[in-house]
Amino acid sequence: MSKNWNLITAPLRKANPVTVLILGICSALAVTAKLKPAIVMALSVTVVTGLSNFIISLLRKGIPAKIRIIVQLIVVATLVILVDQFLKAFMYDVSKQLSVFVGLIITNCIVMGRLEAFAMAHKPWESLLDGLGNGLGYGSILVMVAFCRELFGSGTLLGYQVIPQGLYDFGYINNGLMILPPMALIIIGIIIWLQKPEEDRK
Amino acid sequence: MGLRNYVDKIKPNFEQGGKFAKFHSTFEAFETFLYTPKRVTAGGTHIRSYVDMKRSLISVVIALIPCFLFGTWNIGYQHFLSLGADATFWQTFGYGLLKVIPLYLVSYIVGLVIEFTFAEIRHEDVNEGYFVTGFLIPLIMPVDVPLWMLALAVAFAVIIGKEVFGGSGMNVVNPALLARAFLFFSYPSKMTGDNVWIAEKADAYSGATPLGTIFDGGSVSELPSLADMFIGTIPGSIGETSKIAILIGGIFLIITGIASLRIIIATFAGAVAMTLVFNALGMTAAMEVPFYYHILMGGFMFGTFFMATDPVTAAQTNPGKWIYGFLIGAIAILIRVANPGYPEGMMLAILLLNVFAPLIDWCVVAVNIRKRKKRWASAERSAR
Repeated sequence: MSKNWNLITAPLRKANPVTVLILGICSALAVTAKLKPAIVMALSVTVVTGLSNFIISLLRKGIPAKIRIIVQLIVVATLVILVDQFLKAFMYDVSKQLSVFVGLIITNCIVMGRLEAFAMAHKPWESLLDGLGNGLGYGSILVMVAFCRELFGSGTLLGYQVIPQGLYDFGYINNGLMILPPMALIIIGIIIWLQKPEEDRK
Repeated sequence: MGLRNYVDKIKPNFEQGGKFAKFHSTFEAFETFLYTPKRVTAGGTHIRSYVDMKRSLISVVIALIPCFLFGTWNIGYQHFLSLGADATFWQTFGYGLLKVIPLYLVSYIVGLVIEFTFAEIRHEDVNEGYFVTGFLIPLIMPVDVPLWMLALAVAFAVIIGKEVFGGSGMNVVNPALLARAFLFFSYPSKMTGDNVWIAEKADAYSGATPLGTIFDGGSVSELPSLADMFIGTIPGSIGETSKIAILIGGIFLIITGIASLRIIIATFAGAVAMTLVFNALGMTAAMEVPFYYHILMGGFMFGTFFMATDPVTAAQTNPGKWIYGFLIGAIAILIRVANPGYPEGMMLAILLLNVFAPLIDWCVVAVNIRKRKKRWASAERSAR
């Protein structure tokens, strides 16, 4: 039990795919200007990593080693298309905002990384947990970054005005740099900076 | 000396195990600020020179004083000019001082609190690095910049630009310019345009800088006279307007050996070369601006003398300095002319080349190694 539980919790902190393995940075820069798309993206990636890990783990003994990447890609691509269609059907406006980045989950390094590093050598149940954990680890960073960027960049959270009008009357202005991708990189850098010494101490 | 005795008396409190051991770095900073430390380096071979870090940094501050004085006067001059009012010299200067002092207070208080905090956390001595940065930052700001924005920019520049890399001397980009770039991208409405350069100006008066005029499609004939741009009685960031003041400070830096003459010459050469290329193309009004206007406009001179030559962030090898300077000049003009979104190309050019400086040095060293290998091989062949 505790070992399986560890599969979910480790990627949240000390094996975080974004801040420790430095994977999936590109989409973290692209979709974090607002909180809502970031949450949807986080959930989409979690679904894809979890299910693709599960399916590949089921198939792992039957996949010939030479064509394993192709098989993995087919599974991932299928799942991504399902997610994309689901978003288009039920959350059209968010899917518009995420545009090409949902399709690009296929190329997200975290997905292929977990398939190669974990699912090909572990049992289905463990692989499912590992996939979900990594998706959530990625998602947690996305949500943190998007929270800062939307709050300081637009003064809103999930589209609702959070910073009071009085502050604007006082001369406060939204920070334009927060909307630009470089700030996402800097925020991720700060998270790594705060996290690293704490992990080293353990 | 009473003060010396007092310092010696309270010193044990700040040593290891003392009551205030946590504040050791702060105490040490004030003690060495007041008195020359007795501590000497031991062991190893040392090259000793009177030009230590303290002296080289204070030289830069001295070199900036003409810019500071003229800039302060110019704030008042532009203000009264826009109102059409007459003012005596001291009224003008006093008005400027009232505008500048809060900027300096914010810059130094925020910057030094961060510096001291980091020094205490890291158990290091506080060093003088921030004195120059803190002096430079207000000089490259528009006079009307809100104080909270300045505080934010200083915090960003010191933490992200310097402390994450390990403090003074370790930074990759120039912290003062980073502060300006941060505000430029974060709050463009307060950093560009016609309304930020003159303090409390009359609404009807145009406050456009020469660069701003060129950007809005103006031609050279609409600019202030060359003499005005040289003396500095034009709107602009506080320290950058007077080319005379910059030259006085710049020559002082060259004589004291702190600013590299190679970088300065190369930067001018790069700017002139790039302008001549654009003049030859001559497709838009901005392309036809002659090089002597480009050199006098905006922050080109200030950036060349005080920012590009920063010994920490510039290239270190001599051929590297030529390449580094030339590219700064050329890219600054390229950004000014070709990109209407970013009027001040100088800031972006220096920041870009700061990042590339280590690569330039690496290439220079690699080329040198290859040359020497070849020479050595041929010498050995002829010896046989």
